[in-house]
Amino acid sequence: MAAITGVISRPTSYAGVWSWLTTVDHKRIAVLYGATAIVFLIIAGVEAGVIRMQLASADNDLIGPGRFNQMFTMHATVMIFMVIMPLSVSFFNFVIPLAIGARDVAFPRLNALSYWIFLFGAILMHMAFLVDQVPDAGWFSYANLTEKPFSVNRGLDYWSISLLVLGSSSVAGALNFVVTIINMRAPGMSMMRMPVFVWMTLITSLLLVLAFPVITVGLIELTMDRNFGTHFFIPAEGGDPILWQHLFWVFGHPEVYILILPAMGIVSEVLPTFSGKPLFGYPFIIFSGIVIGIMGWAVWSHHMFTVGLGPVANSVFTITTMLIGVPTGIKIFNWIGTMWKGAVEFTSPMLFALGFVALFIVGGLSGVSHAVSPSDFQQQDTYYIVAHLHYVLFGGSIFGAFAGIYYWYPKLTGRMLSETLGKLNFWLMFIGMNLTFFPMHFLGLNGMPRRIYTYSAEFGWENMNQLASLGYIVLFLSFVVFFVNIWQTRNARRVSHDPWDAPGLEWSIASPPPAYNFAVIPQVEGLDQYWIDKQKARDAGTPLTEPEALVDPDSIHMPSPSYWPIFTAVGVALIGGGLLSHYAISFVGGAITMMGVIGWGNEPATAPSDHH
Amino acid sequence: MAHAVEPEYTTTGLNHRKLLMWVFLGSDCLFFGALIATYMVYRGQSLTGPYPIDIIDVPVTTISTFVLLMSSFAMVQALAATHADNKRGIVGWLVATAVLGAIFIGFQVVEFNTFKNEGLTLGGNLFGATFFTLTGFHGAHVTLGIIWLVAMAILANKGRVGPNSALDIELLGLYWHFVDIVWIVIFTLLYLIAGFDAGPAAMPGG
Repeated sequence: MAAITGVISRPTSYAGVWSWLTTVDHKRIAVLYGATAIVFLIIAGVEAGVIRMQLASADNDLIGPGRFNQMFTMHATVMIFMVIMPLSVSFFNFVIPLAIGARDVAFPRLNALSYWIFLFGAILMHMAFLVDQVPDAGWFSYANLTEKPFSVNRGLDYWSISLLVLGSSSVAGALNFVVTIINMRAPGMSMMRMPVFVWMTLITSLLLVLAFPVITVGLIELTMDRNFGTHFFIPAEGGDPILWQHLFWVFGHPEVYILILPAMGIVSEVLPTFSGKPLFGYPFIIFSGIVIGIMGWAVWSHHMFTVGLGPVANSVFTITTMLIGVPTGIKIFNWIGTMWKGAVEFTSPMLFALGFVALFIVGGLSGVSHAVSPSDFQQQDTYYIVAHLHYVLFGGSIFGAFAGIYYWYPKLTGRMLSETLGKLNFWLMFIGMNLTFFPMHFLGLNGMPRRIYTYSAEFGWENMNQLASLGYIVLFLSFVVFFVNIWQTRNARRVSHDPWDAPGLEWSIASPPPAYNFAVIPQVEGLDQYWIDKQKARDAGTPLTEPEALVDPDSIHMPSPSYWPIFTAVGVALIGGGLLSHYAISFVGGAITMMGVIGWGNEPATAPSDHH
Repeated sequence: MAHAVEPEYTTTGLNHRKLLMWVFLGSDCLFFGALIATYMVYRGQSLTGPYPIDIIDVPVTTISTFVLLMSSFAMVQALAATHADNKRGIVGWLVATAVLGAIFIGFQVVEFNTFKNEGLTLGGNLFGATFFTLTGFHGAHVTLGIIWLVAMAILANKGRVGPNSALDIELLGLYWHFVDIVWIVIFTLLYLIAGFDAGPAAMPGG
């Protein structure tokens, strides 16, 4: 085997398609993650469009109930696992090494492996459309709807096995970021000098590492029920569908914070930059994040208030859920305090960050209203919940991600996104979002259940549904504006390395950053190091106007590109694909994975003869 | 491993790979935690037999548990030999660890086969499903460890393992001891505590 792995010569190209397939550069992997997430955002957006078209009028028969189930299942699954999470990972990849003054992540090849497994896992799930056996049990796929008698085709197998593949990618990626952040900070960057985004990434990564094994077990048990004759979740055989709910939500609630903490981190970078003053109450924001990360494990049963766990369990989870609102509230006050008496500039990233704060408050308040279990009995499984979750996930995670895109785009490309189009993008998205999701509060309280494919006119839900569908069109336009904005930057003016006068280390180097990031690893003396540097330079009468000077890339040893991550990822994907078709393919996949690991192990991270 | 080991700067002074292994083991704790939780939730919930008391053979599994614990001793010796740069010792103790692990797996194969013949299957009852899933995934972890041990033994035999690469053996050791500790928990819960459960009616509160 070593002979085989020794024959394949190492990739050396730094341009063209091959260079992207073999890259281990965190900045390129960030672009791969981001671009893939945007593609899936379009897919999930189309699915949302189908849902809104179907519900736009009463007694509509555009699509039947079966197809409707597939649409909301895939919309949620894709948005959570293939849009928001990879978008966050894209930011982790691009920003973390730059923000902590490192040249790459701790394990560059493992980072590439995470991306390729993610891509293949996402493709595997979408194969379900090709065979028209699409998952249709909702994103939390409650047992025993997911069992064979109720879900005969292989849709749920595509769902569970693809999620297992995606989960392995997430855990591998998260392990990498935990080690990178703990172990690769520039000299002087103590934990309490780390930018907030780095902190939130660390907490998110730890949540990922600890939460995904739990859903992995749930998915394995579901897969075994459906394929190997076990009865984990089949009541007739003594199994307990509630166990699935527990396993799912023990993962599912930390997952909620996995989705929102990165956005909170981004907003905590953007708000100080455009308020011209440091973040208000930095340690409070950090400790709130830590408390959220810990308490996120103690609230899962608030998703199960109506299951009948009894008054004691419901009371306990009501109390813990009310409590977890406190650290979130602290953060919101700190963000407002940051802007207080600041020189606020309403740039596009700032607008999205402000949108985040405003919309997240609305989502948080409706969240508190169903933290109270008696009140939740009225709201469970209604559109009120749909409104709530979209305020925190769309208003929260997506607005946070857009703030991040507008903020770091000039660093990534060296070119500015248009401010005019950016503001248009923001306002369309802000109005569209409220138009789509605010009426759902009323729909829910007026009794409209989630996940019904149509309703009759006499319920009086039609007007609000029409408003929501109209809002979808506005949202659609906002995304069109966004894509136009990205497209037009190919001719846009080049900007300086520090267009926002920002505090983070990433702004001290050229835009786009050179492959080695920092020619000289920076020394960190405090929070907001680049502001400190710029202040010192101004005091000395020699203001900093230039980024760190470029050096000969050959003088800095960087990790070399490698075939093995993508090779190994193909093996992992085939293991999953084989479980969905012929087990023989799984064995081939296993052999390829094994070979990949051996080749990987025999290859030094940095090729000795390679000067890059 | 053939190339010189460069000491790299890390913030904490811990090696990246060692930190990665510890965090990964933390992740794996939750994996086994969820599997064990499933077992305990379904304890005594099987509607039909066979029940644990009918088939669990504590004395036999005590022997295989002892063998697995001894493999941890061999693993410790392998690391000591690595630090001492004793090539024969490294190869010998790594092979010994692998053989002891393989004996444990052999016991498990015989046990699974016996249980199957006595009527315990994945689909038969919840006891079968939870028992085979939990111990099966543990066995898979041990098997992976054996492959890793054999690979390292081959490298050591080529003279590619020594004090400079002691970390490679240490990481393998961390994994191996972890898998052992998980087995101690499984043995205690599934064999010593729940191994004498009869039907559902015999369970307290069942």
